[in-house]
Amino acid sequence: MDLIFEMNSLSASYGTNTVLENVSFRVNENDFIGVIGPNGGGKTTLLKVILGLIKPSAGSIFFNSRLQDSEKIGYLPQISTGDVDYPVSVTDVILSGMMIRKRIITRMSADDRKKAGKIIEELGLSGLEKASLNELSGGQLQRVLLGRAIIGDPKLLLLDEPGNFVDSTFEIDFYGKLKELNNKMSILMVSHDIGMISSHVRSFACVNRKLRYHPSSEITNEQLLAYGCPIQLITHGDVPHTVLKQHN
Amino acid sequence: MEGTIFQYDFIVKGLLGAVFASITAGFTGTYIVTRKMVFLSGGITHASFGGIGIGYYAGFNPVAGAAIFGVLSALGIEYLSIHHKIREDSAIGILWAFGMAIGIIFIYLTPGYSPNLMSYLFGSILTVTNADIIALGIMSLILFIYFGAFYRTILYTSFDESFARTYSSSVDIFKYVTTSLIALTIVLNIRMAGVILVLSLLTIPPNIAMLFTRIYSRIILLSVITGFMGTTCGYIISYFAGIPVGATIIFTLVITWIIIKGFFLLRNQFARKQTRLLLNQYEIRETK
Repeated sequence: MDLIFEMNSLSASYGTNTVLENVSFRVNENDFIGVIGPNGGGKTTLLKVILGLIKPSAGSIFFNSRLQDSEKIGYLPQISTGDVDYPVSVTDVILSGMMIRKRIITRMSADDRKKAGKIIEELGLSGLEKASLNELSGGQLQRVLLGRAIIGDPKLLLLDEPGNFVDSTFEIDFYGKLKELNNKMSILMVSHDIGMISSHVRSFACVNRKLRYHPSSEITNEQLLAYGCPIQLITHGDVPHTVLKQHN
Repeated sequence: MEGTIFQYDFIVKGLLGAVFASITAGFTGTYIVTRKMVFLSGGITHASFGGIGIGYYAGFNPVAGAAIFGVLSALGIEYLSIHHKIREDSAIGILWAFGMAIGIIFIYLTPGYSPNLMSYLFGSILTVTNADIIALGIMSLILFIYFGAFYRTILYTSFDESFARTYSSSVDIFKYVTTSLIALTIVLNIRMAGVILVLSLLTIPPNIAMLFTRIYSRIILLSVITGFMGTTCGYIISYFAGIPVGATIIFTLVITWIIIKGFFLLRNQFARKQTRLLLNQYEIRETK
């Protein structure tokens, strides 16, 4: 399997506050890795380090040298950082993902437009080509941003909490779509939702200041405890439960 | 005879001024309104008054002084906000007043009476020189080429700056260049509309345009057209009523905006009422 990127004893911090410590981690071609961990554990920081938005305070990260800079990463942020009131159409937002390849865009080729049209159709957004973002539902907006992330054919797709916005009707399709994309690119998906993670990913990484990689999609409570990775308990129906005081 | 030549010259200058002011204001206005940086532009405008004052005092062209002050303060605010060193709105507020204070101090220190001061505050077509018109013409051309060549980059980086920054290291350069062009546009239009009114020349036309379209390039085009109509109407009214040009232009534009906005609001309300009526009828039939 071909390497996408590798982190060696990497640490990252905001000022004096160390968020990631001594992380060694590698992602290969066609990996589908779920990233879990508590709030403030460093999941988003991990993504930012991969995106190059935060420089590591120690250690290193390097990408496979055979990958062009321009085809490395597609990114779906947790919340839209764009202004939904901005006068820009669905097609244009998806086309803006071509910035992954071209730093300065002067014009769009007919091929780019055709590709955007195909993505719009695949993501179930047909008819909304010319719509403004403020006319979309949360789930539709999320799909537009997914389209933007993949139009440049990246080798690695980073998803930050995609479940937050997915509307239930599209949810199954959304993960089906990810599975399909996984044939072409590695996926790193941050999520709180352990149930969802374990049914879709092939392996997972638990981030809580340190990172522990688990090369299987099955997550047992023992493993989570051993990894120091506290999670929310999610139950359905009337399950009687008692929460006891922590032992010292 | 002399009177007619003067009138002819006045009309040509006024017309050319209106064309170029509308073009420059249409491009930059669309950018600042959609990016919600109207307050920043207000800061740049008033900071540039400091340059006008120093120009008077030191005896060089006040517009050149304003241009230097305007561009430097624009770059300063963008730099500090990109690097998160300041609370942006407070910094703009401080700069706003500081520029005016410098301007007033230096104008008072200048020996003799400054008859043109009012024209910088409120604008006057009478004091607009041929050089001013030529400068505005060149500025129109520069903006046309710049927005034409980098239309998509400008659109994408202003829609989602942090996404663009993830991929492109040239986002900051684009911000600096565009903000400098905005500062220069504002300064060049100060002669026409004055420090106090120039911002509305930039912000009202795009707001009228956005009532009709949500496509960026069309907003620019419509802004230029509305701006031109507003300025020419303003000229004509001010000429016959004998009132200041800048104020008349702004007054015309705002009234236009209110009328169109009001029309759209009423139409929407009417449409809602119709829907409610239809729904009511439907319900009555259902219950029967």
